[in-house]
Amino acid sequence: MTSAALVSPRLYGVFAASVLALFAASLVVGAGSGTAALLLPSRLPRSLAALLAGAGLAIAGLVMQTIARNRFVEPSTVGATQSAGLGILAAAVFMPEAPIVLKMAAATLTALAGTALFLGLARRLPPTQPLLLPLFGIVYSSVVGAALTFLAWQADLLQFVEIWMNGEFSGVVRGRYELLFAAALMVALAWWAADRLTVAALGPAVATGLGLDLAATRRLGVVIVAVVSALTVVVVGALPFVGLVVPAMVSRLVGDNLRASLPLVALGGAGLVLAADIAGRLVRYPYEIPVGTILGVVGALVFLWLLWRGQHG
Amino acid sequence: MIVVSNVSHRIGRAPILTDISLTLEKGGVTALIGPNGAGKSTLLSLIARLTPLQAGTITVDGLAVATTPGRTLARRLAVLPQDSAIDARLTVTELVGFGRFPHGAGRLTDADRAIVAASLQRFDLGDLAGRFIDTLSGGQRQRALVAMAHAQATDYLLLDEPLNNLDMQHARALMRTLRELADTERRTVLVVLHDINHAMAHADRVVALKDGRIAADGPPAAVAVPDVLERIFGYAMRVVDVDGDPVVLHHR
Repeated sequence: MTSAALVSPRLYGVFAASVLALFAASLVVGAGSGTAALLLPSRLPRSLAALLAGAGLAIAGLVMQTIARNRFVEPSTVGATQSAGLGILAAAVFMPEAPIVLKMAAATLTALAGTALFLGLARRLPPTQPLLLPLFGIVYSSVVGAALTFLAWQADLLQFVEIWMNGEFSGVVRGRYELLFAAALMVALAWWAADRLTVAALGPAVATGLGLDLAATRRLGVVIVAVVSALTVVVVGALPFVGLVVPAMVSRLVGDNLRASLPLVALGGAGLVLAADIAGRLVRYPYEIPVGTILGVVGALVFLWLLWRGQHG
Repeated sequence: MIVVSNVSHRIGRAPILTDISLTLEKGGVTALIGPNGAGKSTLLSLIARLTPLQAGTITVDGLAVATTPGRTLARRLAVLPQDSAIDARLTVTELVGFGRFPHGAGRLTDADRAIVAASLQRFDLGDLAGRFIDTLSGGQRQRALVAMAHAQATDYLLLDEPLNNLDMQHARALMRTLRELADTERRTVLVVLHDINHAMAHADRVVALKDGRIAADGPPAAVAVPDVLERIFGYAMRVVDVDGDPVVLHHR
């Protein structure tokens, strides 16, 4: 609430300028010349997709951490990403000709169910052991992911699962990425609910005392997480760790008042995914490394560092 | 006025409260005392609708806590829960600012900011205003939480063991502040206390619970009697008169 005044406006400026610079770089870097023929149908959609998916995933991670009151969870460690995969697999089997919006809806529904089930089960864990929740989440996600692999193997669709579960942007073209603008909508929704989400993070007793409808706020949070997870899985494939490391680093910088931190988290997520995608285009130039792989390596290292700091800081 | 009628509560099969009826008139400080497990915190949580009511009714100014929207109640009644472990990184000013949450939609107005500033000052938090609460000591955090409840600017203020973690100086200051809020702002304070002498010195009325029932209820002078205290706490303690006030030698 008040802290927007405490966070230096320069910090917002630095974040925004960095994202702009990365966006510009993303338009011109990579195999092939930067001609208009390449720019409009391919590079621009690709860069916008990275920007939107990054911002959306970072916000989804922030929202998940807020409603779970745990810094070590994100969409891919609460089963949201894997459940979204189940939905799109079902859509591919039962309605292969359906438009992408319908497949997206199926993925959203299963992501909602998967995330809600996670939160329901997680309520039984003792709150005094903060590392138990991410551990349980990793097991839960792996179980859902294993089910996804098994069903895909049965349906002879295993190679699609590989595509959905490892994000990359080289296939992003006009006519397909536009769905990701719904991620911007989810960021706006989170901003609208920022105060309520922050109050929810104060714990059930304080939140209830302040008159918050905790159940409704949690439901809203689950919707944001599920929609963003489904969007990214359907359009670009899973991008690990974005939702984990960006909110954690912004929290260290400006704290957990979402009204102040949310814009920085969105910008940070966009910047991270843009940077990872550009790196993926350059590491083995002129070939590409999928952005999901880059994020997996970088994200895992940062996550380990955060865990270590959590124990020793 | 808070009216508790025929409230019983169980956790599992264990009875915590049995047929409690209690009326708190507007204004004044009421202390809720009793041994561990007597049901003090449960009763306070039920009044503050932090725990769902199982049997009986509770109304605050005629509003049934079980059915009134949370936000409506939050404008009349503020609560400091016991052991509210907050691990969100907020500054003290931000936290106290959330005391205004039930009153507004989103951003703080200038009037809200003035109330927050007054709460910070009242609870001696001026120097800590910009600090993140995860860098504070337990007692400092406790004061920040009480200041948040104060900033909620409600007629009723419920506090569950607010003296936890406070040193003698700040415990005394907090009790005097509660007294002052009742006297000058006509607030109604209900406070769970373990230190019986604080209850005797600052409360208008002392309600003692034992085994989920009301064991004593009256002005401090009526409760600070050796027989009554022994019935509540289960051991004999001397009560001495110091300058006309009863002092319980519970530690000897």
